[in-house]
Amino acid sequence: MMLKNIFATRWGIIGVGGLIGVLAALLQKLGNPGNMGICVACFERDIAGAIGIHRAAVVQYMRPEIIGFVLGSLIAAYIFKEFRSRTGSAPIVRFVLGVFAMIGALVFLGCPWRALLRLAAGDGNAIFGLLGLTGGVWIGTLFLKGGYNLGRTEKTHTSVGWLLPLIMLGFLALMLIFPQIKGEAKSGILFYSLKGPGAMHASLIISLSAGLAIGFIAQRSRFCTMGALRDLILFKQTHLLSGLIALVVAAFIVNIILDQFHPGFAKQAVAHTMQVWNFGGMVLAGLAFALAGGCPGRQLFLAGEGDGDAAVFVIGMIAGAAFSHNFGLASSPKGVGPHGIAAVIIGILVCLFIGFTMRKKIA
Amino acid sequence: MSATVDAQGLSCPQPVLMTLDKIKKGSDKEIVVLVDSNTSKENVSRAAQSQGWEIADVQENEEGYRLTIKKD
Repeated sequence: MMLKNIFATRWGIIGVGGLIGVLAALLQKLGNPGNMGICVACFERDIAGAIGIHRAAVVQYMRPEIIGFVLGSLIAAYIFKEFRSRTGSAPIVRFVLGVFAMIGALVFLGCPWRALLRLAAGDGNAIFGLLGLTGGVWIGTLFLKGGYNLGRTEKTHTSVGWLLPLIMLGFLALMLIFPQIKGEAKSGILFYSLKGPGAMHASLIISLSAGLAIGFIAQRSRFCTMGALRDLILFKQTHLLSGLIALVVAAFIVNIILDQFHPGFAKQAVAHTMQVWNFGGMVLAGLAFALAGGCPGRQLFLAGEGDGDAAVFVIGMIAGAAFSHNFGLASSPKGVGPHGIAAVIIGILVCLFIGFTMRKKIA
Repeated sequence: MSATVDAQGLSCPQPVLMTLDKIKKGSDKEIVVLVDSNTSKENVSRAAQSQGWEIADVQENEEGYRLTIKKD
C-alpha cells in the first residue's frame, strides 16, 4: 500500500492554508508590502519589472518567493516521485489566459491569495474582488459543464519540465550576481525600486526560505484558491475551500497580533476603491484561472512538478504584467489605469471566445 | 464487464467530471478510471467516495493509476 499523503487530507489542507496565512502575515512584518505578504500576481509583476520588460519604477524586484514556490514544488515532486514532465494541452491558449489573468488581477491589484490576505487585514475592497473572483470562476464552471477543455497532455522529455525551474534558478543567479545596491535603481542588468511596493521586501534568505517551504507543502496538498471555489460550485466539495478559509483565519489572527489589521475601505495599502473594477478585474482573472485550471500559485506549483503548460501560463502572466504597465492597464491606489477598463472588457471577450469554441471531444 | 473512464493526460477537474458523469448514468456497478497523476487519483477517489462509492482497487503502472470503484 502506498504511503498516504497526509497533506491531501482535510487537516492537511487546513494546515497548509493556515501556514501560508501565517507566513504571509510574517513576511509583511519582515518587510514585504502592505497586505502583500505574498501575492503571486504582484510578485510576478515585480519580476517583470526587475528584468525591465516593463519600466514602472515602483514595482521592480526579483521576488525570491516566486522562485522558491517553483523550486519547493520541484523538490517535493522529486522526493515523492510525482515529477512528471508533460505538455501539449493547448500551450498558446494557456499563454493568452495567463496574459489576461494578470491584466485582470492588476486591475484589482492582487491575485486570489492577496485578495484573501487583504480581507484578513481588514481591506473591505477585497470583498468586491473576491466576489468578482467567485463570479469569474462560476462562469468558468458553466464552460466546464458544457464540455470545455483544452485537451490531453502528453508525456515528454524530463528536461521539458525542468525549463521553468531552470529559468527560476537563472533568476536567482542574476539576483546573486547583481544584488541590490542601496540607493541605486539598477544593479548590472537588474532593475530595483527605490520607492513604492517594489522597494519593500524581506531579506532574500527569508523570502526564499518561505517560498521553498510554501512550494513544498502546496505541491503536496494541491492547494488552489480557484480550485476551492470551482469544486464548491461544481461538486459542492469543500476540501480545498477549507484550506482557503484557514489561510484567511490564520492571517487574520497574526495580523491582529502584529497590529496589521486596519478595517476600512479608504487608504488601504496598495488598493483602490473603484469597486466595479475591483469586481470586474477579478471576474476576468477568475474566468481565466478557471479556464486554465488553476490560480497563479497553483500554476507555479504545477510548473514545478513538470507541467509545461502551467509553465507557459506563468510566462503568460509575466508578459501580461509587462502589457499592463506598458499600456496603462494596471491600477494604482488612485484608481484604474487609463486603459484598464477597455482591457478588462477585451479580456472577458477573449475568455468567452476560448470558452465557447474549445470543446474538444475527449471520450 | 466494467465501464472505463480514460482520463489520462487530463487535469482536474476533467477526470472528476468524467467519473461523475459515468456514475450518474447509473448503469454501472463498477467503473475503472485511468488517470496519470497522483492528484487526479486523489480527486477522483474523493469524488467517488462522496457519491457513496468505494475504492475497490488502485494499481500503479508506467502510465499512471488504474482505479476500480464500486457501488454495492
